[in-house]
Amino acid sequence: MQAVDELTDDALLERMQRGAFTYLTEYANPANGLVCDTSRADSPCSIAVVGFALSSYPVGVERGWLTRTEAATLTLSALRFFWESTQSEQPDATGFKGFYYHFLDMQTGRRVWQCELSLVDTALLMAGILTAGRYFDGAGIEAEIRGLSDALYGRVDWQWAQNGQDTVSQGWKPECGFLNYGWEGYNEATIVYVLGAGSPTRALPGSSFCAWTMPYQWENLLGHDVLYSGPLFTHLFSHAWIDYRGIQDAFMREKRSDYFRNTQSAIALHREYCARNPRGYAGYGRDLWGITAGDGPGNREMRQDSRDRRFFGYMSRGVPYGPDDGTIAPWAMLATVPFDAAGALRGTRHLLRSYPQVCAQDRLSSGFNPTLDAAQGGWLSEGWYGLDQGLLVIMIENHRTGLIWELTRQCPFMRAGLLGAGFTGGWLTGERSVDDRSVGERSVDGRS
Amino acid sequence: MAADSEDDLLRRVRPPDWKNPLPRNPYDLIVIGAGPAGLMAADLAARQGRRVALIERDRLGGNSLNSGSIPSNAIIRAARVLVSLRDEEDFGAASFDRPRTDFGAVMARMRRIRSRVAEYQSIDRLRARGIDVFLCDARFEGPRVLAAGESRLTFKKAIIATGARPEPSNVPGLEQIGYLTSDSIFQLNALPQRLGVVGGGPLGCELAQAFCRLGSQVTIVQNDPKFLPHEDRDAAELLSLSLSRDGVITRLNTSVVGAHRKDGAKWLETTSDGVKSSIAVDEVLLSIGRVPNVQDLGLEAASIGFDVLSGIHVDEYLKTTHGDVYAAGDVCLPDQFTNVAQGSARLAVNNAFGAGTQRRGHWTIPWCTYCDPEIAHIGMHVREARQQLIPVKSYTVMMQDVDRAITDGLDDGFVKIHVREGTDEILGATIVASRAGEMINEMSVIMSAGIGMRRLADILHTYPAQSDAIRLAAVSYLRDQPITSA
Repeated sequence: MQAVDELTDDALLERMQRGAFTYLTEYANPANGLVCDTSRADSPCSIAVVGFALSSYPVGVERGWLTRTEAATLTLSALRFFWESTQSEQPDATGFKGFYYHFLDMQTGRRVWQCELSLVDTALLMAGILTAGRYFDGAGIEAEIRGLSDALYGRVDWQWAQNGQDTVSQGWKPECGFLNYGWEGYNEATIVYVLGAGSPTRALPGSSFCAWTMPYQWENLLGHDVLYSGPLFTHLFSHAWIDYRGIQDAFMREKRSDYFRNTQSAIALHREYCARNPRGYAGYGRDLWGITAGDGPGNREMRQDSRDRRFFGYMSRGVPYGPDDGTIAPWAMLATVPFDAAGALRGTRHLLRSYPQVCAQDRLSSGFNPTLDAAQGGWLSEGWYGLDQGLLVIMIENHRTGLIWELTRQCPFMRAGLLGAGFTGGWLTGERSVDDRSVGERSVDGRS
Repeated sequence: MAADSEDDLLRRVRPPDWKNPLPRNPYDLIVIGAGPAGLMAADLAARQGRRVALIERDRLGGNSLNSGSIPSNAIIRAARVLVSLRDEEDFGAASFDRPRTDFGAVMARMRRIRSRVAEYQSIDRLRARGIDVFLCDARFEGPRVLAAGESRLTFKKAIIATGARPEPSNVPGLEQIGYLTSDSIFQLNALPQRLGVVGGGPLGCELAQAFCRLGSQVTIVQNDPKFLPHEDRDAAELLSLSLSRDGVITRLNTSVVGAHRKDGAKWLETTSDGVKSSIAVDEVLLSIGRVPNVQDLGLEAASIGFDVLSGIHVDEYLKTTHGDVYAAGDVCLPDQFTNVAQGSARLAVNNAFGAGTQRRGHWTIPWCTYCDPEIAHIGMHVREARQQLIPVKSYTVMMQDVDRAITDGLDDGFVKIHVREGTDEILGATIVASRAGEMINEMSVIMSAGIGMRRLADILHTYPAQSDAIRLAAVSYLRDQPITSA
């Protein structure tokens, strides 16, 4: 990569966004639209990555990275596959009750690894499908995209996923039925409840969202008020599609905040934690952070500065309660750019200056630990993860033009879902709230 | 040495040559069960000048002394010492060989401690207070008559305090291969090379960590997605990390569905989200909960309502369906803690002989799980407050930001105080810290005294002190308030 200091903010964003975007086309199977979970050999498809990819293709069109026809063809390929693939209780089906298995074979599209029928990953896939349905507004194959988008979303049986409870289960398997834990408390799954509440066919009741929010913890942590969730990605995934600026559910009305501002608080908390760096990990600072779910060094131990260091593999890391093994996700700072552009860009520049090895082909890796194997430049995750790249494409675009948020604001299902979950105010009532930020108008130079 | 300790213990809690006294009917109070609740009730009533009989079918002291808090904390302490010795280089001590565990010495120390603690409630002391102690089974034969071994006792009032026992296994095959419970694990003579712990509640987690630190290879299996299901999520996750760091193999969201013997090992068959697996161990500790001791008491003869799951039915005043019979402790209450047992016994005695107007509903109960770090709680959890539509905000101080925790090298954990938003009223607190079990008592005093966050912020603490984290949480509260002119 060109020396990071020679790039303007916009040039840096363009480079990183395009690098991330090319992952989604390079690792897609054009025959069925599926996209690899990671760049590693024999990686299966993650349906969530497909959701991010379907939302990223419009970005590619708008930025001239692929033609509208190419994007529509790839999108239609995916939508046809999901519509026509096997929905049944059979263990090697592609989905059941309108939901899909978390991981699918890239060629056959069938379930792999005895994985779960995943609620949250289906929601992320549906968010991408609905985004595509809003973007492709032309005739011909674009009309087919819209039809399939509505049909696929309408086929999801959200009520079945409640399994008789107020909350929805995290998943289901033909081998054991519903997993014995539900989605509740604040994390990345807000979008499950919003999309579930917006369904025209099998909508979740309002009580479902209340049950989801019941274990919410409003905390003053390291001097910041935040609806707590430890890993950074949990403050970003639903936000990639939902424009939370100025809209509030009952909880946020009570706290006089919103989920957009909450992510800003979470970012401030993460930066403060890394500045304090209580475990003395290499690299951490106010401009080097990004503790979240991602790849890690694996089950290893070392002794350093009279401390026993223990490392983990792929896992969800969090702040401030942990786990924290000194591993950061190099993509995470940049993914927060719509919320704290100055912090995101300053941090990413510092990272690229200090540890340029975390970026190859303009793509940021999933995990990096400068404490472990420090003499060799630190431990670095091999290749790239699709979720990271997809999130980057969308978040950078939301910062630059607000395209994805604009598309989903126009989606009647998304709107109905938010209203059904009790959200009011802001763009939901057609009014611009006082602090409605126009992200597309901003230009922040994070160079120090 | 070990034999001497056991002899001393028995002399205090169940003398082999004990002969029950002649009944002095009618008794003002008969207490059935001599655990923490029964001992407290008998002692209090005797001090009030009542004629008291105390019936115990096993040993005085109940679960807490014989197979609960006392032996487990003795072993936990030994395990902590061994771990700190292994970390000696951190503190500048010259390196020497890593200490080995002398399990026999650990258990002998535990027995000495148990015997020593037993003295405070020994049978001789009870007798000296004028209490008639009957070591035998008790059974109601009518509304005011109890059979105590060969004797017939009559009473004006009675308190049932028979406690609870480990819930038996319903796992196919486990009975056949044999398993330990809290009643039997403290009788081990050799450290199991591989220990499987079934159940991730307080005792299961405590002993899993302690035995791992002593040198066993421990696998803990918990059917819930997290340990300590009733605790704060962050506390439970911190515990999970702590167990893993110690080397405990954790299997969350996993159920034991069968057990068998093969090749000299005990095998636990497990399933997790439909994926089957098996674990080879040498011993199994079953710690899945406790069930109240209501069997063989003849409760029907006295028209005392009960069920086998929740125990004796009591009202707010701890009165049973028999107007002159009360119950206290684990046999009737869901909070199965020694402090609750003792508190409920005081309440039962006062209600039995006083105006009968003391309610149990508003206790503020502190409790602690003695893992490392310890996990302690008092008052409301956030979820409870939210379910009652109480706006709640938590003020958290991480122990890693507390000077004394840093200097001690004991900086895992946090102090979290839950406050009713818009006021400085403290609703509850969770503390995870090396000595959380001690720190939570400050919160107990604060809450009992009705001290709010504003006053707490001004209460001087020693510096540096781990408990200063409590004051610092209150300081966070103050900083969070709008600035007003004086």
